[in-house]
Amino acid sequence: MDAFNAVFTPDNLNYIMRGFWMTVRVAFFSILFSIVIGTALGIIRSYGNFVLRKLAGFYIELFRNTPNLLWVFVCFIAAPFPTAFGRACFAYVLFTSAMMAEIVRGGLNAIPKGQFEAASSQGFTLAGALWYIVIPQCFRRIIPTMMSQIVTVIKDTSFLAQVAIGELLFNTKDLMAKLPVYTGHALTFPEVALLFAFAMLLYFILCFTLSCTARYIQKRNNTATNQRAEG
Amino acid sequence: MLQQIFELWRWQDLLASWPRFATAFLNTLEIAVLALLLSLFLGVIFGLMSTSHNPLLRIIARVYVEFFQNTPLAIQVFFVYYALPYAGIVLHQIPIGILCVGIYTGAYMSEVVRAGIGSIPKGQFEAAASQGFTYIQTMLLIILPQTVKIILPPLVNQMVNLIKNTSIVAMIAGTDLMYRANAWATNGYMSYGPSYLVCGVLYFAICFPLSTWARNYEERLKRRDSQASMELDKVEEVVA
Repeated sequence: MDAFNAVFTPDNLNYIMRGFWMTVRVAFFSILFSIVIGTALGIIRSYGNFVLRKLAGFYIELFRNTPNLLWVFVCFIAAPFPTAFGRACFAYVLFTSAMMAEIVRGGLNAIPKGQFEAASSQGFTLAGALWYIVIPQCFRRIIPTMMSQIVTVIKDTSFLAQVAIGELLFNTKDLMAKLPVYTGHALTFPEVALLFAFAMLLYFILCFTLSCTARYIQKRNNTATNQRAEG
Repeated sequence: MLQQIFELWRWQDLLASWPRFATAFLNTLEIAVLALLLSLFLGVIFGLMSTSHNPLLRIIARVYVEFFQNTPLAIQVFFVYYALPYAGIVLHQIPIGILCVGIYTGAYMSEVVRAGIGSIPKGQFEAAASQGFTYIQTMLLIILPQTVKIILPPLVNQMVNLIKNTSIVAMIAGTDLMYRANAWATNGYMSYGPSYLVCGVLYFAICFPLSTWARNYEERLKRRDSQASMELDKVEEVVA
């Protein structure tokens, strides 16, 4: 109980929650941009001309096969953004858009070529067919997979602790270092354990909610497909 | 940083400390191989547990998978490195890397194994039971060997993730490749360009062949075997 009171003072909680808010913000902007860029890349990879296809393929393979942490380090030194926040988001957008592109490509592969022929016979342009017919079907299929990638992004924002951005993991570790000053005695295991457990709980609540939503959507999709197949 | 890549003296400098990069690369490989073995072991155990008839075993497997899939590996590593010493447990960075990466990836492997078992037709279990096979015998001799063909691509993809995730050991100064690349650049002439380039190329050199092989295998399987292809789709829906 002593440990609990020592760790969860209003100031400390406030500090941890500020870290959590930073995690959420970085994750949100990274995910938003990487879905847009990833979708564009996935479409280029599947339907672009030869040169564009190869370029998109190179980009996807490059980022899929190197660690995200490396890109966090690289962007922290070299990305052309004035703020640390911008550079952090840029690192995740670079990496995650390659992952999203691969997911989108998988979804597009599953859509029969006949859909394009049918659309063009009805007078759709290629862009029109993509926007109104192919992409909606593709997204319905891949949303669960995308959501598990989103969970990965949220978890990976913890890498930012290494470049001193005040996100959840950094603030937790920082608070651990400062706690003896606040409490006036050396750290004890229950205090440290509580601190880490609380941060883990915050990550878990966020990620588990998304994972469950993904599974729910997956299940609903499957029932819908089965009903269509039967009826 | 980009122009550094074209400065010859930085490369000469890097070449001079090449042995340290080589050791770091070997450390990364060591962590990856041992963590892979651990994760496969845990994956099979928990995968079997999550398909068993005993609700307690299923719940244990579920808790394991959900906990490790929904919290960051970095915080698990930090917990072991920063918090456990206060409880008297002090581990070196490389064993921490092997344990944490292995247990973390084990959760993903277990989902792959579970989905693989789920894709095998019920009749196989019933046939085995009618021939007097016990549960363990059925799983090890009949079901698991059949799942291998289907779960190989997602397993290899998890392997690639595992290799990339070993870089997290760098966050606790783990003398692995990522740490060495960063530390060498920081302590020397700030030669980030060449250092990160070498680091990226080495990771790419292990991961690219694996992920390419997984994709080609999957595409070949889908062309040749429509039954296996359907099962693979089912597995991938679960594992993502």
